[in-house]
Parts: sequence; structure tokens; C-alpha cells
Amino acid sequence: MKKIYMDYGSSTVVDAEVIQDMIPYFNEDYGNASSIHSYGRKAFDAIEKAREQVANIINAEPDEIVFTSGGTESDNLAIKGIAEKYDHEKNTKGYQIITSSVEHPAVLETCKYLEEKGFNIKYLSVDKYGIIDLDELEKSISKDTFLISIMYANNEIGTIQPIKEIGKIARKNNILFHTDAVQAIGKIPIDINELNIDLLSISSHKIHGPKGVGALYIRRAVKLQTISHGGGHEKGIRSSTYNTPGIVGLGKACEISKKNMQKDVEKITKLRDNLIQNLQDIQESYLNGHPEKRLCNNVHFRFTGIEGESLNLMLDDKGIAAATGSACSSKKLKPSHVLMALGLKPEEAHGSLRLTIGKYTTKEEIEYTSKVIPEIVNKLRVMSPLWNR
Amino acid sequence: MSDIYTEKVKDHFMNPRNVGEIKDADGVGTVGNPTCGDVMTIYLKIKDEKIIDIKFKTFGCAAAIASTSIATEMVKGKTLDEAYRLTREDVAQELGGLPAIKMHCSNLAADALKKAIDDYRKK
Repeated sequence: MKKIYMDYGSSTVVDAEVIQDMIPYFNEDYGNASSIHSYGRKAFDAIEKAREQVANIINAEPDEIVFTSGGTESDNLAIKGIAEKYDHEKNTKGYQIITSSVEHPAVLETCKYLEEKGFNIKYLSVDKYGIIDLDELEKSISKDTFLISIMYANNEIGTIQPIKEIGKIARKNNILFHTDAVQAIGKIPIDINELNIDLLSISSHKIHGPKGVGALYIRRAVKLQTISHGGGHEKGIRSSTYNTPGIVGLGKACEISKKNMQKDVEKITKLRDNLIQNLQDIQESYLNGHPEKRLCNNVHFRFTGIEGESLNLMLDDKGIAAATGSACSSKKLKPSHVLMALGLKPEEAHGSLRLTIGKYTTKEEIEYTSKVIPEIVNKLRVMSPLWNR
Repeated sequence: MSDIYTEKVKDHFMNPRNVGEIKDADGVGTVGNPTCGDVMTIYLKIKDEKIIDIKFKTFGCAAAIASTSIATEMVKGKTLDEAYRLTREDVAQELGGLPAIKMHCSNLAADALKKAIDDYRKK
């Protein structure tokens, strides 16, 4: 049976070149990068090379990169680390954080945690495409606001936020700006200086690097409180023995991503548009997210009258790996908070399908998927009491 | 396909039995709520207090579809009293078990069936 991977937004295959670069740090230069001997020094050098490769993809300096265990830890470190530097008393700069209602749980849950600790969190609403309202952002800023955390691009519906404008507003008001760029890295050229970004989260496994490693960019002048105490690694910001193979893999993945970005994005965008066009031909199918301001690899649809888990399982039976925002597939049995924030009804959110493609997606795979989805949608509609066209 | 489901669930999900509507049904029962993600309707054709035909339509996850499908098979040909005694547990057991999280939200076929029988008896 055909096997087609259309879930690049969840994770990606590790590139062969990345694996090759990682291997020596498992079984040759396996020393602790903090050790003084030659094993340790080799590991140390490899990590510093990776730091440069990661810095390069966002036009940062290597000493502004802190390695973490992934996107979630980067988000936690950025938000809690900054928050802990401030008081959380009313009428002090330190009281309020502004974020959005469509953030990844790594940001949303961290903010909720801080809310319980006494911080004031403003969750900006979004329009029907998932874009925040810049006026609402400006109006929400008070003298108490010390941090804005808005994602670069949404992990579910692929909508890209007006990052440049947000950065300008943050800078003008002397507020720190963090962005979760986990989905944007490698798909959008990012220059942290041009965009006035102070903190930026990166994950390795979304860009053909290994899992379990990520990075946080921290602008040089920005100080934050560590959330993992220990041996003082990463200038005391993030203690933990260096995951040398993982870090080397992340570095290489960033290097490859940057080198091929233009070519890859061009190819992927074409395939995405093709797939969107084909799925729009299905009766009562709706594209979620913004038609243009969207990630080059994101296709997100909802189909009236059917439920997402069923759709996904039937796709899986045809060899297609996809994702859904349906409650039935989530542990909480609640429809996706992102789809609900767009103003969709729960039954609309239940019928959603996310296809995220990548640099290895082929034209043939798009054609096959475009043929299979309408058949499955039809099969499910025939048995749906909510469909009687 | 996901391992959270038994082979029997997968079979009834991929090849559901008795899908459809009965235009001149003697009893119809709908349960569930689109908000929760599961809605099912059962149609009954009844003769001499026996279910001679049964059809269903379900909007929902694999567990919802499979449980309605198998429930229709379990009661076809049965008397109304027998069918009325069918429980959610019977349906889940016949499917070889359902994930705990699906037991209360998606396993509604027995409820829909009772509602359809009530509907017939009220007429």
C-alpha cells in the first residue's frame, strides 16, 4: 500500500546529512562538552559550531542562542524566565503579559500557570482567519505590560501573524517581544533585528532535525531567570549536560533549511496551492486560516457533516497520514481552541483536517490525496445524519 | 489504523452494516449532540413486536460509527423487549472493548435504539 506522509507540521523525517553529522557524537566524540579533555573539547567545538548555524537562520549572534530540549521548553523558559525577573504586583511593570487565544499549548498553558501565580494575562482575540487585531494589542498595553508573546505562525491553521508590526509596537512601548517560531523556521526568512524580536523559540524536529532538542534566541541585553538550576550550563540560563548529538543535528538542520529555503518554499507552495484548489472542489468544504498569509506547507479544511477522527482513520487506511482538530482525537475531548477562537461552531471544528506537506512531498502524492479525500468525505457523508443534501 | 481500536471496531468502522434510512420507519430515535461530536439516528421497521429491519446514520468518530453498526446487527430479528434490554456495555463487549474515553461519549447506540423503540410504542 502507498504510504504518504502529510503531517510535517507534527514532525519530520531526519535528513540523512543530519544523521551523518550526529553519529560521531554518539560513539566517538561522546565526551561531556563541559569536560577539559579532548573528548569534551571536541564536543564543545561541535556545539559552538551548531550555535552559529542556529544563529544564522535568524540573523542572530551565536552567544544569543541557548539550547533546550525543544519548542515547549523554549517557550517555558522565555515566558517564565522573563516573568520571574519581574514583580507580579498590580500597578507595576511586571504585572501583565499579552498573548493570543490561538497560541500553542506550550505558551497558553505557561501563561495560565502564571495567571494562577498572580500575573495578569491578556489573551488577544483573532479574526476569522486567526490573525490578531493590532489595535486591540495597542489598546491592551498598559504601564504594567512587560511581555508580548505571539506566535509567528499557527501550528494548526498555518496563519502567519503580523510579526513586524507587533515588533514595532513592542519596541515603541519598551516591552519585550517573544515569538514561538517553531512552525515558521525554515519556511519564512526571519531576521530578529529587522523584526524587533527579543526572544524566539525554535524546535529541531519540525525542520528535519532530531527530536528532543530546540533553542531559544535571547537578545543580548535581555536577562531572564533560569527555570532549571544545576551545573550552570548555557551561562547559567539552562543547566543540563549538553545533548551533543541533538544539538549538532539541530545545527545542521538549520544550515540545510537556510541554504534551501527559497527553493523548497517555492516548490512546497505550488503543491500546497494545488491541493487547496482540489479540495475546494468538494461540496461544502472550507479552507481554515488565511488564504494568503499562511504557511507554505499548511492545508487545513473543514467538511460539513463529517467528523475529523473518522476522516483521519479512513485516510490512514488509504496510507495517508494527516491530523485533525476534532475533539475525538484529543485527550480532553474538546474541539481545538484555535478553531473555536476563529468563531467556528463545535460541529464545524469537529470536521476538520490538517494536511501539512514538506520538501519530500511529490506531485503524485498530491494527486493521490486529492483523489482519495473526496471519496472518503462522500462515504462519511452518506452515513451522516447531519448531511442530507 | 490506530491500535486504540480492536479489529472488530475497525471492521465495523470501515464496513458499517445497515447504513441508511428507512423512509416509512415505525420508530426513529436520535441521540447525541453535534457539539460533542457524536450524533446517531436509528430507524426501525417493526412487525409483530419484532425488529424486521433496522438502519442507522452516525456522525462521529470510529467508535461511534462502529458501535451503531454492531448494535443494529445485534438486535435485527429480535423482539422489542429483547432489544430494549441491550446496554452500552453489551455493545462495547461485542466490539471487543472500547477505549475508556469513548465509553460515555461515543457509545450511544443502545440509547438511540431505546429511543426508537419508545417512539414506536408511543405511536
